[in-house]
Amino acid sequence: MRASPAISVAALLVMAVPLLAAEIPQEQRRSGLSFMASETQAMQHDDTTNPGMLWVLDGEKLWNGKAGAASKACADCHNDARVSMKGVAARYPAFDKRLGRPVDLEQRINLCRAEHQQATPLAYESHDLLALTAFVAQQSRGVEISAGSDRELEPFVAKGHELFMQRQGQLNLACANCHDDNFDKHLAGSAITQAHPTGYPEYRLEWQSLGSLQRRLRSCIFGIRAQPYDYGAPEMVELELYLMSRARGMPMETPAVRP
Amino acid sequence: MASALINVPAKAKRGQIIEIRTLMSHIMETGFRHTAGGELVPRDIITSFVCRYNGDEIFRADLFPAIAANPFISFFTVATESGKFDFEWIGDNGFSESASAPITVE
Repeated sequence: MRASPAISVAALLVMAVPLLAAEIPQEQRRSGLSFMASETQAMQHDDTTNPGMLWVLDGEKLWNGKAGAASKACADCHNDARVSMKGVAARYPAFDKRLGRPVDLEQRINLCRAEHQQATPLAYESHDLLALTAFVAQQSRGVEISAGSDRELEPFVAKGHELFMQRQGQLNLACANCHDDNFDKHLAGSAITQAHPTGYPEYRLEWQSLGSLQRRLRSCIFGIRAQPYDYGAPEMVELELYLMSRARGMPMETPAVRP
Repeated sequence: MASALINVPAKAKRGQIIEIRTLMSHIMETGFRHTAGGELVPRDIITSFVCRYNGDEIFRADLFPAIAANPFISFFTVATESGKFDFEWIGDNGFSESASAPITVE
């Protein structure tokens, strides 16, 4: 089959065009909440219909339960989470001086378990890690996101941004191609949102479960037919960090409900 | 570890129609799915839900594999007297959870 020269030239032009993406202006930023049907929004807003609250309840039990060889509960050091954990999730991923790199909330919980409780780390996406993370993050509900404001995090935010702009996978798409250039459109019936991770861990009706931001990122990366980074990989945390810094100033919604 | 979320109005007028909402954590595994290795994932669902108002059964539901995880059940009743609502969920593999909520009728 012969393609007309005009079409080939057009195709070449399309491929050669650099990414249009400019970051979404501050005043036009929206939470994924605003892309949803009113029924799903109502489900999130009522704590007795929001299934994410089931994990929060379990997380509270875990917070108060003793664990590990040290037989210590989270509450033994941090006391009342409503006071001590308020605003914490809004500034994660945060810089860990000892490791010299950012860690996300799940990693912080596991570091705390290892160091202070002498307990084994909880697996990514395990019920207990999601429950503890949801319980901690729920304490920041309504708090403005402030992640990435630490000077030491700058190179990592930049790396995350680079990854966000990097075309990859068989479909040769960057995150920005959908989430900066084409938000408010649809992809197979689903709304394309602006990639502001305001409500993680969040309950996705598709998953029928709570899930982390890393799980969401992995399914997006799978969607562009690229090789997803492993859970906890530095690239994952850098992406999380960039996305959280992109949402700086927006209120936390954990546990959010999304379709 | 199973958690339930119950929403019953704390107070109601006698004869008032009230809404009761319950959310129970459960994976509701259908029994129709296979693992990557081809093995059937056994069914694990809640099979029945009952609500009693001061001991009298006022609502019952049978649940089936097509029902989503963490079943949300909402229904209406008439507030007749002060007392409590007892809820019970029963399912596969000996699953049995209960919860209760008080109500004051004026």
